[in-house]
Amino acid sequence: MARTLYEKLWDAHVVAEADGKALLYIDRHLLHEVSTPQSFEALREDGLSVRRRAAQLAVADHSVPTHDRDQPIADRQAAAQVALLERNCAEFGIEYLTLTGGDQGIVHVIGPEQGFTLPGMTLVCGDSHTSTHGAFGALAFGIGASECGTVMATQTLWQAPARTMRVTFDGKLAPGVTAKDMALAFIRETGASGGTGFAVEYAGEAVRALSMEGRMTLCNMTIEAGARSGIVAPDKTTFAYLEGRPRAPRGAQWEAAIAYWRTLASDPDAAFDHEVVIAADGIAPHATFGTSPDQSLPMGAVIPADDRLAKPLRYMDLRAGDALLGLPIDHAFIGSCTNGRIEDLRAAAAVIGGGHVAEGVRALVVPGSMRVKAAAEAEGLDHLFTAAGFEWREPGCSLCVAMNDDRLPPGARCASTSNRNFEGRQGVGARTHLMSPAMVAAAAIAGRIVDVRQVAA
Amino acid sequence: MTPLTVVAGQAVSLPEADVDTDIIYPARFLLITEKKGLGAYAFADRRADPSFPIGTDNDRPILIAGPNFGCGSSREQAPWAIGDLGIRVIVAESFGEIFYGNCFRNGMLPIRLDATDVAMLRGIAEAGGTISVDLEARTVTAGDVAIPFAIAEDRREALLKGWNDTLRILALHGDDISRFEAAQQRATPWLWTART
Repeated sequence: MARTLYEKLWDAHVVAEADGKALLYIDRHLLHEVSTPQSFEALREDGLSVRRRAAQLAVADHSVPTHDRDQPIADRQAAAQVALLERNCAEFGIEYLTLTGGDQGIVHVIGPEQGFTLPGMTLVCGDSHTSTHGAFGALAFGIGASECGTVMATQTLWQAPARTMRVTFDGKLAPGVTAKDMALAFIRETGASGGTGFAVEYAGEAVRALSMEGRMTLCNMTIEAGARSGIVAPDKTTFAYLEGRPRAPRGAQWEAAIAYWRTLASDPDAAFDHEVVIAADGIAPHATFGTSPDQSLPMGAVIPADDRLAKPLRYMDLRAGDALLGLPIDHAFIGSCTNGRIEDLRAAAAVIGGGHVAEGVRALVVPGSMRVKAAAEAEGLDHLFTAAGFEWREPGCSLCVAMNDDRLPPGARCASTSNRNFEGRQGVGARTHLMSPAMVAAAAIAGRIVDVRQVAA
Repeated sequence: MTPLTVVAGQAVSLPEADVDTDIIYPARFLLITEKKGLGAYAFADRRADPSFPIGTDNDRPILIAGPNFGCGSSREQAPWAIGDLGIRVIVAESFGEIFYGNCFRNGMLPIRLDATDVAMLRGIAEAGGTISVDLEARTVTAGDVAIPFAIAEDRREALLKGWNDTLRILALHGDDISRFEAAQQRATPWLWTART
């Protein structure tokens, strides 16, 4: 019978079945400092050990400062949380990438760049943006802290099969339009809960044309439509990205893996429970205006009149009929698991064009990992950014979660490459406008939201 | 895990749509590494508004929420904080999927009902009436109206009996897991190299 890619990944990991559910084998587990203290505590309470130590990899990202990496963490709570992760990993025999060892970074950036994430895998993490790893043709989804404990002890989870949704982006993206805009356009069309219960497969010419960085951005944002998993079938772009990565297979194993990975595509006549088709060539750069990622606009449009928007618009200090173009900002953030990779930094740097961050705007560039930072510095991007008035920081979640030293004051308005424009997400009372790295860099320089297509021309 | 069979009492109503887990449990409190006592931080940034319905002195065991409740971040601190306020049942049209699953892991019951039934229960909650939830019978009862609800059988059984999922998998499926691992090592050996 014809199967979708999701069904192939599922079938390859069934350990046992009951009541329409499957006990799924979990190939890899990424850990960070925020969602695992209670998971390790549960293992201790139940007297359990980690079943497969080498299938786990830990790193601190959420609560770490993005400055003064050579100094101890000043915030006592954050220091204790990071130290606890390191202690737990030592006690349970799990590899921990230290803050200064050269491999630290945001959990969803380091998994792929280490080759820890591979096609055909099941991969979980106590973090909703685990959907990112689906860009490699892996079944990857976010879980809670209790489930992290179950995975460490059993290497399995009971799961109900998701319904399948294919989102096809036909045609080519216009210049200045990115994977972030594809994601925001899809979420706007589907709604913040339209994907609940589904596993999304992204397909079509515009998806095939994306780099791995772009595919990761797209899959990363899938959870903002309510779906836990977003998947792209692996292809030569995937294999080229992975070849030679530290933990990727080598030699004969690499050849055998590629042969298997080539089978990981939905069969031509496979049926999906739901199909969405979006004309990629019709997508304009997007930015959000509200407090949910589905409240976005293509550049040039105005905020619609809708009673349900009253509360978010009050929070954002905006009104129906307002345009986002020209809206003054006072903060800009380039980074996060959504847009903190080398290609994102290149795209942001490319629109600087000799300009300087506008007066009154504070702009941060936070590389997604130490490796991304080193690659950017090798290309001289750090000098481009700092000469233009951007701050060049150390890797971490930074202003995407505001539980570290990077937090915005009440009323601040930020152009941000992150994934959530929720109330208070970047600081209590702060206002977030999600957009692509090029759009954020252009806004930082103009001091207001601009259409990057007019800047880049 | 504390078993759940019948929960009865008054309900608190929060009709807003898309209440995300950042609203339920703001990120800055994620620096706390405990799971107990988190009710003090539940809805922390909303409670400054005196009209916000859920206080830290909450004594109502049922929450009638809006659609897509608990969307966003996977943080289990959200159900831990709500549970710490004594809430054991949450009724909504829909839930964020990770939040929905996290509730069951903590002896809490999320119930999906259609908009009409949620509106009826909201009316009762706001009028101070009592609601009774019977997990064995799969019904929500208010006055003389009993509304049936759907729930996966394994989740219902685990809640009724207060099972620990991890220990149960190890007890029932330890051999299945070992068999799967042996087969996977033969079929896809690159997943089993020295470093992984």
